[in-house]
Amino acid sequence: MATAPREFIENLQHLPQAVKDAWFRLGKAPESEREESQATFHNLFLHIHSVRVHVRTLKPTLTLGLGIMATSAFLITVITGVLLMVYYKPSTDLAYQSIKDIHFTVSTGRFMRNIHRWAAQLMVLAVLLHMARVFFTSSYKKPREFNWVIGLGLLVITLALSFTGYLLPWDQLAYWAITIGSNIANSPRELTDAIGITKWMDPGGFQKRLLLGANFVGQDALIRFYVLHVFVLPLALVVLLSVHFWRIRKDGGMARPEDPMGGLAEWGGELRPVFQPVATKTYGLMALVRGKRATVNRGPENTVMSWPHLFWAELAVFMVTVAVTLVLSYYSDAPLKELANPAIPENPAKAPWYFLGLQELVSYSAFMGGLLIPVIVVFGLALIPFLDRRPGGEGLWFGTAGERSVAVKSLFFSLAVTVGMLALTVNYGWLRNWFPEIHQLWIILVNPGSLLVLIFAAWSLYILQRQDSVRHAAVGLFICFLVGFTILTYFATVHRGPSWKFFWWPSQWPVH
Amino acid sequence: MSRLDPPRVSRRSVLSLASMGSFLAALGTAIAGILRLPNPAVLPGPARRFKLGAPDEFAVDSETAFAEQNLVLFRDNDGFYAVSTICTHLGCTVARSKDGFACPCHGSRFDNSGRVVAGPAPRPLSWLELARAADGQLIVNADNEVPEGTRYRV
Repeated sequence: MATAPREFIENLQHLPQAVKDAWFRLGKAPESEREESQATFHNLFLHIHSVRVHVRTLKPTLTLGLGIMATSAFLITVITGVLLMVYYKPSTDLAYQSIKDIHFTVSTGRFMRNIHRWAAQLMVLAVLLHMARVFFTSSYKKPREFNWVIGLGLLVITLALSFTGYLLPWDQLAYWAITIGSNIANSPRELTDAIGITKWMDPGGFQKRLLLGANFVGQDALIRFYVLHVFVLPLALVVLLSVHFWRIRKDGGMARPEDPMGGLAEWGGELRPVFQPVATKTYGLMALVRGKRATVNRGPENTVMSWPHLFWAELAVFMVTVAVTLVLSYYSDAPLKELANPAIPENPAKAPWYFLGLQELVSYSAFMGGLLIPVIVVFGLALIPFLDRRPGGEGLWFGTAGERSVAVKSLFFSLAVTVGMLALTVNYGWLRNWFPEIHQLWIILVNPGSLLVLIFAAWSLYILQRQDSVRHAAVGLFICFLVGFTILTYFATVHRGPSWKFFWWPSQWPVH
Repeated sequence: MSRLDPPRVSRRSVLSLASMGSFLAALGTAIAGILRLPNPAVLPGPARRFKLGAPDEFAVDSETAFAEQNLVLFRDNDGFYAVSTICTHLGCTVARSKDGFACPCHGSRFDNSGRVVAGPAPRPLSWLELARAADGQLIVNADNEVPEGTRYRV
């Protein structure tokens, strides 16, 4: 008898196992370090990770899992976002109704929209905190300068995604946010008007036309923001995110204090021999072998296998993110205001929390607060790793000597300055109240926002001089940025009411 | 120079330069084209000329708000004038207040004739061009500004 039929039958019997093996490649849970490493780099999705990871970077207090949390939130928004696209119609006539449909009629639609919205908010928060974490652990230092800049790009895209996202429901918030946003893009005209060159050079008008595609906020604007929100920006985010992850590996894993060369390092409560890896190299299988045979349960450096140690940690953070999002989405609905009404905005017309600090700045000057200060801040942050080049403190919270005290001093200083500036503005008004005929150029250049930036920069230079440390100057500046952002956001959230007037509490707002 | 002298520039480097140059030129053109498309050649939009009504409908020293058209029509002894209620700061609609106009979004304040009193607005509120239609009604052209203080006499 021919052997082929028998072979066929046998293969048929083994079909489930064979398919499973093909799917998982290894075909079973890894049992040795060699198999653990193969599990990592023989798998497309796990291959983002290095095979081994330094024990220090697994310490939860180093990273707080914020990067993974931001990524998890992004994944959640992608999945829920695609689901929302099934019913959402990007048209001025239908958009609002389709959101109502999603909210009231579509099975699980309301829950999905809530999840989308909460995950987006969580993403913004996680990205901001992640940046603060990287800064305070000196993790931007050489060779990670470039990744810090990429991270800033990701922050900007995250904010742009949020902005384009809340325009889509075409409710009152959406309509007036597009109106204000496109006029902020138009605001260089404030400057060109003030110096009288708009006729020849009008970058503001160009930006506004590019955003709106028309002279008014309508269908053209909506479809542009839709395309940005569901395609252009997510694509840009994924591209930059890939570079971000890739650089983590290529820059030698996460920032951490260097292990003593040829010495011992503490690991799991005991001292073990380590060797110092070269930061520019990635160690694959060759790092698994020490001496003539593969080592078990111990790395030649102070590392452990990514599988399973890192993966479980990441999965845990992901699940926490999912859980937080689900709980928030269950108890709190994403808001939907009235249908867009071009005749009259809400009073007050407030942006989401992460833009309220900007809204306060914009209420001093559209060009300075809406464009110039954000650009200055992003550029200032991007320059930090290129100006602070002295190694030290990597992977340690407030790692260099005296950093903590500089941070505390800067905290009190920036708190006093920001609160004082707001109190001054609220009580005494600003230039226009004192000199009604003042030229617009003065309003643009000298306002509470630009003064805050100047004072913060001066404070940083003062620390530079006094402490004789670039890192300390950077810490001072970064604390000022964080405090300024937080206080302005809080102030605009709680203390600004109808007509953007000051109120102690929202309960004191006049009732119509 | 004889034919036996070695060429000073190799053919390969010329070709490399040419290919690199053509690539950069193409890239630049492509980027220009990519930016050109979303920059609208025609700005679509409804006409912003509105009929407001017969002049007799408005008493002397009165003001009439046209919310849909975002303007307030005033009439005093000198004639008519229309003040736009679109804030010159970031485009919110200003609300009429006791002594002028107030913006709900960023707190700009204007006096009765639209001059900036406080806040971030860079320019006074626009005064809009008024005219008469063939049937005698007042017409406002919200796309055209007139200098502050201009009155339209019937």
